[in-house]
Amino acid sequence: MSEPIHLKSAHSLRDAIRAKEISAREAAEAYLDHIDAVDGDVRAYTDVWREPALARADAIDSQLAKGEDAGPLAGVPIGLKDLICTTEGTTACCSELLKGFRSPYDATVAEKLYAAGTVVLGKLNMDEFAMGSSTENSSVVTTRNPWNLDCVPGGSSGGSAAAVSAHECAISLGSDTGGSIRQPAACCGCVGMKPTYGRVSRYGLVAFASSLDQIGPFSRDVEDCALTLNTICGHDRRDSTSANLEVPDFTTSLTGDVKGVRVGLPKEYFTDALGVEIRAKIDSAVKVLESCGAEVVEVSLPHTEYAVATYYIICTAEASANLARFDGVRYGNRAPDTQSPEEMYKKTKSAGFGAEVQRRILLGTYVLSSGYYDAYYLKAQKVRTLIKQDFDAAFEKCDVIVTPTTPTPAFRIGEKSDDPLSMYLSDIYTISANLGGNPAISLPCGLTESGLPAGLQIIGRPFEEGAVLQSAYAFEQNSGIDLGVPTAIAESVS
Amino acid sequence: MTYEPVIGMEVHVELSTQSKVFCGCSNDFHAPANSNVCPVCLGMPGVLPVLNGRAVEYSVLVGLALNCTISRWSKMDRKNYFYPDLAKNYQISQYDLPLCHDGFIDIEVDGKTKRIGITRAHLEEDTARNSHTVAGRESGVDFNRCGVPLLEIVTEPDIRSADEAYAYLSSLKQILQYLDVSDCNMEEGSIRAEANISIRPTGTEPFGTKTEVKNVASFSGTQKAIEYEIKRQTKILDDGGTVDQVTMGWDADRGVTVTQRSKESAHDYRYFPEPDLTPIVVDEAWETRLRKSMPELPQVRRARFMEEHGLSEYDASILIADKAAADYFEQTVSAGAPGKLAANWIMGDLQALMTEKQGTINALPITPGHLAEMIGLIEDGSISGKIAKDLLPEMYDSEKAPGDLVKEKGLAQISDTSVLEQMGADLIEANPGPAEDFRNGSERAIGFFVGQMMKATKGQANPKLANEIMRKLLQQ
Amino acid sequence: MSTITEKDVEYIANLAQLTLDDSLKARLVGELGNILDYIDKLNELDTDGVEPMMHVQPLTNVFRDDEIAPSLPRERVMEAAPKHDGEYILVPQILEGD
Ligand SMILES: [Mg+2]
Ligand SMILES: [Zn+2]
Repeated sequence: MSEPIHLKSAHSLRDAIRAKEISAREAAEAYLDHIDAVDGDVRAYTDVWREPALARADAIDSQLAKGEDAGPLAGVPIGLKDLICTTEGTTACCSELLKGFRSPYDATVAEKLYAAGTVVLGKLNMDEFAMGSSTENSSVVTTRNPWNLDCVPGGSSGGSAAAVSAHECAISLGSDTGGSIRQPAACCGCVGMKPTYGRVSRYGLVAFASSLDQIGPFSRDVEDCALTLNTICGHDRRDSTSANLEVPDFTTSLTGDVKGVRVGLPKEYFTDALGVEIRAKIDSAVKVLESCGAEVVEVSLPHTEYAVATYYIICTAEASANLARFDGVRYGNRAPDTQSPEEMYKKTKSAGFGAEVQRRILLGTYVLSSGYYDAYYLKAQKVRTLIKQDFDAAFEKCDVIVTPTTPTPAFRIGEKSDDPLSMYLSDIYTISANLGGNPAISLPCGLTESGLPAGLQIIGRPFEEGAVLQSAYAFEQNSGIDLGVPTAIAESVS
Repeated sequence: MTYEPVIGMEVHVELSTQSKVFCGCSNDFHAPANSNVCPVCLGMPGVLPVLNGRAVEYSVLVGLALNCTISRWSKMDRKNYFYPDLAKNYQISQYDLPLCHDGFIDIEVDGKTKRIGITRAHLEEDTARNSHTVAGRESGVDFNRCGVPLLEIVTEPDIRSADEAYAYLSSLKQILQYLDVSDCNMEEGSIRAEANISIRPTGTEPFGTKTEVKNVASFSGTQKAIEYEIKRQTKILDDGGTVDQVTMGWDADRGVTVTQRSKESAHDYRYFPEPDLTPIVVDEAWETRLRKSMPELPQVRRARFMEEHGLSEYDASILIADKAAADYFEQTVSAGAPGKLAANWIMGDLQALMTEKQGTINALPITPGHLAEMIGLIEDGSISGKIAKDLLPEMYDSEKAPGDLVKEKGLAQISDTSVLEQMGADLIEANPGPAEDFRNGSERAIGFFVGQMMKATKGQANPKLANEIMRKLLQQ
Repeated sequence: MSTITEKDVEYIANLAQLTLDDSLKARLVGELGNILDYIDKLNELDTDGVEPMMHVQPLTNVFRDDEIAPSLPRERVMEAAPKHDGEYILVPQILEGD
C-alpha cells in the first residue's frame, strides 16, 4: 500500500497532484478525515473549513484538468494561525473579544497562498493575540503536544506547530514576535522559520508588537519551508516596513553542502541554563555540520542576558497601543448595557481579554506612562541597538549562528501558568533574532529521553534566509534524524 | 490694574489631498455617513498605515510659507487615548520631531506689522465625527473624517489682542489658500482654531493661568470669544479671584464663553514612535524642489500689485485677500484692462453683483476677458459708464461678450454729430425758456439740455459730444 | 529598584481602560513587580551615547501616491459593528468633555 496522502511532504504531494496521481480533492479529503480522527486529541484547529476547502480543491482540480498552471503549491492543504485575516471563516485571535469576527479583507499572505494554489483547511489555535509560549492562553481550547498530550505544544503558534506535526495540514503559517514560530516548532518537532523582519508583509497579520512581528511557515521538512517562503515573501505596498528587495528562489540554497560556511556558536547561549540533554543534541548537531564541511567558530553576543527584559518592554509597549482598538465600537463583541463610552470600554475589555493579555497591556501602559518612558521604553530601544550591534559583529566572524531553540523540551500543561516570568524566560534563545530583525529557523535535532523533540536554531544575517536554509537542509539531509509520526497520534495514522 | 493678554493659537487645517493620509479612501467627508471608510481608517485588525506623500509635501509647503525650518529627519508617533471618534484609540501624530518648526508670520494690525512666531507645524490624522443627534442615550459616529490629513500649526504666545488673533488667522488662511493645500472652510471644519488665553499685569513677565477656547465656528467668533475671555479674566483678577485652567467653548448665541471641561485631567498620552511607519527625511534637494514649486504668496503679491498695476495699498490688500479675486484681477489686466479700472470694477460693481446673485468668483459667468473688453468699450467711448453698469448683469446672465450684447441691444453710444445736432435743434425749439436762460448766462441750462438729450437717447448719446453740440447750438 | 504600588496599577488600568477587581489587582501588583524587578536588569548597562532603535531596517520615506482606492460598502461596515442604525455606528452617549 502506498504512503497515506497526509504523510507526504508538501512538495511530494504537490508533485503527485501535478502529475494527476492524486487529485486536490483527494488530498483535502485525506487531511480533513485525518483532522476528524486526531484533532479531538490534539485540538490544533479552532475552525475547520470543510466545505470551502473541498470547493477550493475542486477548483484547483478543474484548473489542472484544463492544463492550467494552478500554482507552485497547487492542491497543498494548509492551515493558518487565527490572527491572519481571511474573508473566509472567522479571524478571532483566539480571543473572546473577537469571537466570530469576519474580516472584510484577506491578509497579503493569504492572497499569496491562494494564488499559489493552496487549499486552506481552517484556522489554528494560538495564545490569545499571540501572547504566550504554551497556547494555554487561548480562549478557545488548549492545544496538546502531539508527542505527549499532557504537554504544551509551545506557543504562541502552538496550533500551527501541532497541526503540521500531527499531519493535520501539510504546511501552516504562524507568527513570531519573540519566538512564537520557532519555540513551538521545537516543542512539536517540526520546521519553523521566522524570516527577516520586512521580508513577509504584515498586512493582515493582527499586530501584537509591530516592530517584532513576522509571519513564517511551519513544515515537516526544510524543502517545504523554502517553498512556502518563495510564496509568502516579497514587497507589499500596503506594509511600509516591507523590504523592497528581490526575493531569491530559496530552493536553490538547498544544496546539502555547507563547505566553507562559518558556523558561529555564541558562548552566551551555552550556559548552565541550558538543559544537559538539549545541550548534547546541539553539540552533535554542530558535529554533523562540521562533518559536512562547515567551519565552527566561537562568537559572542554579549548582551544576550538583557534580551528578555528588552523584549518585554518593547513588545508590551507596542501591544498596549495595538490592542487599544479592540473596544467593541466598530467590530468585535461589546459588553451589553453600558451607559457611557468609558463604561463600554472597561466592561468590554475586561470581559473580552484574558489575564495574560491584560497583564501585558498593563505592563506596556506602565513602561510608556508619564515619568517612566525614558527609564523603560527609551532604555530598551537603546539596548535593542546594542543587541543588533552584537549580531552585526558576530556575523563578521561567521555566516550563520547555531543555538538551541529552547532551553528545555515542552513542559507540562499548567506547569508555568502561575508564573508569568518563568514563562517569559522560555523564549530566552529566540527573542534576540526578533530584536535584531534576523531570519532564524528551528528544526528538529532529535528526541529527548522522555520522547519529546528538541530544536536546533540557525540564525542568519538580515535577508540571508538562503544561508539559513542551506545549513538547515545540510543538517536535515546528513544527520539521519527523522522523528517520524508523533507517538501520541501514531495509532490514528497507521 | 491694567493687564496684558498673552495669546497662543493652535490651528488644525485639513489638507485637501485626494485620498486620506494613511489609506486610499476619498478625503470627501461630506459623503453619506460611513461611506468613505475602509479597514485601514476603521482600525480593523491587521491593517497598516501607509503615509500619503502629498500630505507630507503640503505640510512642508506650509512650513516653508511660514518661514519654518524643515526637519531633515522627522517621524510619526502614536498618541494614545480612548475616544469613540478615534478608530485605533491612538492618533498617529508627531511628538518631539515635527516636520516644520521655528517659523514666523508677519501680520498687519492698525497699519503696523507684527511678527508672530510659529512654534511648530506637524502632520497628523483627523478623527471621526460624533453626531449627538441620535435619539435616546446614544451617539452616532461617522468615520468618513477619520484619517483625513490634518496639519496642526502652533504659535508662540506672541499674540496680544483679539484683533491680532483675527489678523493672524486671516493671514494664515490667505497663505493656505495661496498654496492651495486646504479648502479653508471654517463652517465645514476644514480649518479649526483654538486659543490659549491668559492675562498678566502690564509690564510683568510671568504668564497667568491660561484658559483654552475651542469649538468656535468662525474667525470673527474666535475674535469675539477672545475679547470676552480677556474681559472675563480681567474681572476675576480685579475682584481678587484666580483664573482656573479650563477648556471653554464659545456660545455664539449668548456671546459668552462657557466651561467645557474643568481642570484639565492630566493627560498621559504615552507617545512613542509609530513602528508601522518609516522616518520622513526631507533632504535639501526635496526642500529646494518644493520651495521652487511654491506659488507667489499674498504679501509678495500685494507689493507687486502696488508696483506693477499702480494700486493703492488699500486696494491691493483687499484684492490679494482672496486669491481667486486676485487671480481674476490679474487675468483681467493681462486681457488688456488698465489695473486701476479693473480693480475698481472688480471690487465695486462686480462684487456687488456677485453678492446679489450669491455667486462666487470661482464660478463667475463673466470671464476676465469679457470684463476687460467691457472696460475697453468704455475707454474708447463706445459705451458710457452708465451703460456699462447696466451691461454687467446682462453679461452675467447671458455669458455673452459685451461687444456682442452692445450690438444686439443697440446700446452703442450715439456719436453721430448730425443725429445729435438735429435732436439739439429740436430740443431748443421745444424749450424756449431754458434756451433764454442760457443766453442770459445760466450755465445750469446746458445741463438741462444734455440731460434731455440723454433721456431721449436712453443714455446712448455720447455725453461729451452732447455737451459740445448743445453749447454750440445755444451760442448760435 | 522599581516598586509598583496598588495605586500605580489602578492608574495604568485606568489609562488602559481596564477594570480590575481587588483580588486581580493584588495579584498584578505582585506579578508586575516581579517582572519589573527583572526588567531593572537593564540599569546595569551604560547606554550613554547609544542611539535608541526605531526601526530594525533602515527604511525612510515610504509613501503612497495620493490616489483614491475603493472604500468598503457601508453594509459591510455596519455588519461588523456591534451596534448601528444602518448609517452611523452607535455608542453610548458621548458627553461633551468626556
Ligand atoms: Mg493635534
Ligand atoms: Zn480608509
